[in-house]
Amino acid sequence: MDDDAEIIAEFLVESHENLDQLDRDLVELEQQPDSRERLSSIFRTIHTIKGTSGFLAFNRLEQLTHVGETLLSRLRDGDALMTPAITEALLSMVDTVRALLDVIERTSTDTDPAVDVLPLVALIEGLLEAGLPTTDSSETPAVDGLSPVDEVSEIGGAVVEPDVSPAASTAAPPEGMVTDEVAVPETSWDGVDRRTAVEASVRVDIDLLDDLVDLVGELVLTRNQILQRAGGAEDIELVRASQRLDLVASELQESVMKTRMQPIGQVWSKLPRVVRDLSHQLGREVELVMDGHETELDRSLLEAVKDPLTHLVRNSLDHGIERPEDRLAAGKPAKGTLSLRAYHESGQVVVEITDDGKGIDPERISAVALERGVVTRDQLSRMDAREVLGLIFRPGFSTAAAVSNISGRGVGMDVVRTNIERIGGSVDVTSEIGRGTTTRVRIPLTLAIIPALVVGEGEERYAIPQANLVELVRIEGDDLRRQVEDLAGAPVLRLRGKLLPLVPLAGILGGPVPDAESLTVVVLQSDDVRFGLCVSTVFDTQEIVVKPIGRQLKGLAMYAGATIMGDGRVALILDVPGTAVTAGVVVAQQDTADSRAVTADDRTALLVLEVSDGRRAALPLAAVSRLEEFAQDRIERSGVTEVVQYRDGILPLVRLATAIGLADTSDREEQISVVVHETAGAAGGSVGIVIDRVLDVVDVAITASHVGRRHGVTGSAVVQDRVTDLVDLAAVVAQSGVPV
Amino acid sequence: MSTVAVTPTVRTAEQYCTFWVADLFFGVAVDEVQEVLRHQPMTPVPRADAAVTGLINLRGQIVTAVDLRVRLGLPPREGDQLPMNVIVRSRGEVVSLLVDDIGDVIDTAGVDGQPAPANMPRKVQDLVCKDRGVLPLADAILLVLDADRAVDVSTTPDNPGGTP
Repeated sequence: MDDDAEIIAEFLVESHENLDQLDRDLVELEQQPDSRERLSSIFRTIHTIKGTSGFLAFNRLEQLTHVGETLLSRLRDGDALMTPAITEALLSMVDTVRALLDVIERTSTDTDPAVDVLPLVALIEGLLEAGLPTTDSSETPAVDGLSPVDEVSEIGGAVVEPDVSPAASTAAPPEGMVTDEVAVPETSWDGVDRRTAVEASVRVDIDLLDDLVDLVGELVLTRNQILQRAGGAEDIELVRASQRLDLVASELQESVMKTRMQPIGQVWSKLPRVVRDLSHQLGREVELVMDGHETELDRSLLEAVKDPLTHLVRNSLDHGIERPEDRLAAGKPAKGTLSLRAYHESGQVVVEITDDGKGIDPERISAVALERGVVTRDQLSRMDAREVLGLIFRPGFSTAAAVSNISGRGVGMDVVRTNIERIGGSVDVTSEIGRGTTTRVRIPLTLAIIPALVVGEGEERYAIPQANLVELVRIEGDDLRRQVEDLAGAPVLRLRGKLLPLVPLAGILGGPVPDAESLTVVVLQSDDVRFGLCVSTVFDTQEIVVKPIGRQLKGLAMYAGATIMGDGRVALILDVPGTAVTAGVVVAQQDTADSRAVTADDRTALLVLEVSDGRRAALPLAAVSRLEEFAQDRIERSGVTEVVQYRDGILPLVRLATAIGLADTSDREEQISVVVHETAGAAGGSVGIVIDRVLDVVDVAITASHVGRRHGVTGSAVVQDRVTDLVDLAAVVAQSGVPV
Repeated sequence: MSTVAVTPTVRTAEQYCTFWVADLFFGVAVDEVQEVLRHQPMTPVPRADAAVTGLINLRGQIVTAVDLRVRLGLPPREGDQLPMNVIVRSRGEVVSLLVDDIGDVIDTAGVDGQPAPANMPRKVQDLVCKDRGVLPLADAILLVLDADRAVDVSTTPDNPGGTP
């Protein structure tokens, strides 16, 4: 229904504009009755209204415009000549169309009896039947032409019609008047004090709006400068004036930004058609559910998300929702559901595209990614399920087995992601095999002016978009020693039981990291990564105007742009995702998984193994590079160390069971199972850890206990309801003689 | 009439806004130059290319300042010598070239451009216009700067390999 309302609103605005033109055309037509050009223009206008009203089921409007159109086509084809009576009838028609449009605007239907079209239809039909320029009987048509108004007054008198009563009362006088002056009832009709859709909106050139936004941006900057100067001023009037300026500028800014806000439904309105066509083409049955299409965002962003959203919808249809027969076989209703949901969340617009299709199979993604060379087996082995799904956004990845013309035309998900990230958004995907897939797109509300936290480092200030800001933490004195720890050179903060990687801003900026008595940590969230940025000073939050930076700096992922501060100096805006990458925390989190597995009660991906005849042990999955099997006879010896030739090198082996003080049973089979671990040390190198077999990969929150602690084992934990030894990898690797 | 209409274009093409970088005398075609400014306060951009000295607030527009000394492979300026800004338009963007000193706008009508002498340092040759190259004037030799190339600082990102 809301979609209809939108279409109707558009129809109204358009029709009113056309009618204004029509008025002028008709009047001019009276002066030059034989102007074919003008007649054609009038004909087109009425024809358009007729077509749309038929489409929207405004039957009475259609009926009226239909006869009007017939009359006009006669005139245009020269079958009839303009006479004052015809002009009169046409003008009456325009007025009645206008009256009907008003009714439609108020009630969304054209069935309000207050406006009667029949007399006018009869009149025009009469004119048509008369065939040609009829008599100069101006009185009858004139009265009939005014009939909508007359009707209003009559009904207004007879029935209580609060809705139209203002119109009725003002329209009442013409009843008695027999007049050929159309303008009189028209003005009294319009004299009502309600604003119509047409009067309430003005079409404005987009460039003008963009200029306004730029100017407001300048104003906001100037305001910031004045506020700063006036802050310490003694002149009380100046202080007051600057406060007023502050207020007015803020409101002006808000209003101007609002002018650029448009509902996301504008982009969605085309999707039902896309979905319909595609599902036909693909032989799918799909129901499209859309929710939250009134969610507004900046027009430039709307423009930018249009194609990515359409692409995601296409993708869901092509790769997500199965054929009806497959769905039935899977015990699902034949008709798939594709739902779009848009909503505001912490200063961002979130658009979710959910299908109840077959979901994305991580195995398949892995296989394809390997095949296409998107990742190496080594990288893949370190990825968790979520990251594997994220591979579909890598360039060069496309799972469409055959290139269809729906998706997989070379415009892949990587383009979708690039486009969304370009406007400061993000996209991620979650999926459950057999149940469906949800793609979540996050878009900032607006690009031009954003709230930001201004921090200081060295001589300079940097702005951090508030959207990425989680919290501010200040640690001093004893807390500093207690809560901040060094994990293999990487500082981490214990924050409410979680380990937060710390990154000094000074370090990211390439400078020396100062030693300080206290630490100010800006906790930032970027996609899945949360990290703490240590800064030397925190100033305040303020609205900043995002300005683009030159292409000389485009390669620097850590800057989103620049802004001008209150004192006129330029400050760089940090791009939080880019900063995370620059700081290496995206990787660092995986590196710390190793130690977290045994120290923190956090979710960890573990490789669960069997050693020594049924005993269980677990290694952090992040430490596992590959799993290999070797025939027993490939084992050779170098000194006391067992080795195998592996990838043009020598891989030292460690029997895990022996290393953790258990009886070794790994040579019972003809093949030995080996977990290849790549050591992080400067020397680098791999170690093969010989196990009995791999049991499982689990992603669990474990509570480590010291029970069972011994050389090579840091303790134990309950994993999958079984007590499992947590392997001290460093100690085990050390036995191989490879430097850790 | 047509000759009259053409002449001014030819004339602007032969007018150069001149400046010095170390002892080199450079010129940029006047229609590429937006304005010339004294030294401006600048915000450094950590991790950017060495030639990017910083960002300037030019009446609300953010302008990247590129140091021509770095681009030309010349030694840095003497301690207290502040660079001047030659603001040029290049491929739709406004960029500031940092130079040592500003000269006059000169008219080189009648002087034929020559290719850059082969023994000039590579980095200098690279930034001198290929077509007009070097203009031997009566009292100096003017090197015509290819502004597009001068501001085309490598956009390859710094090695993002973690904290140093």
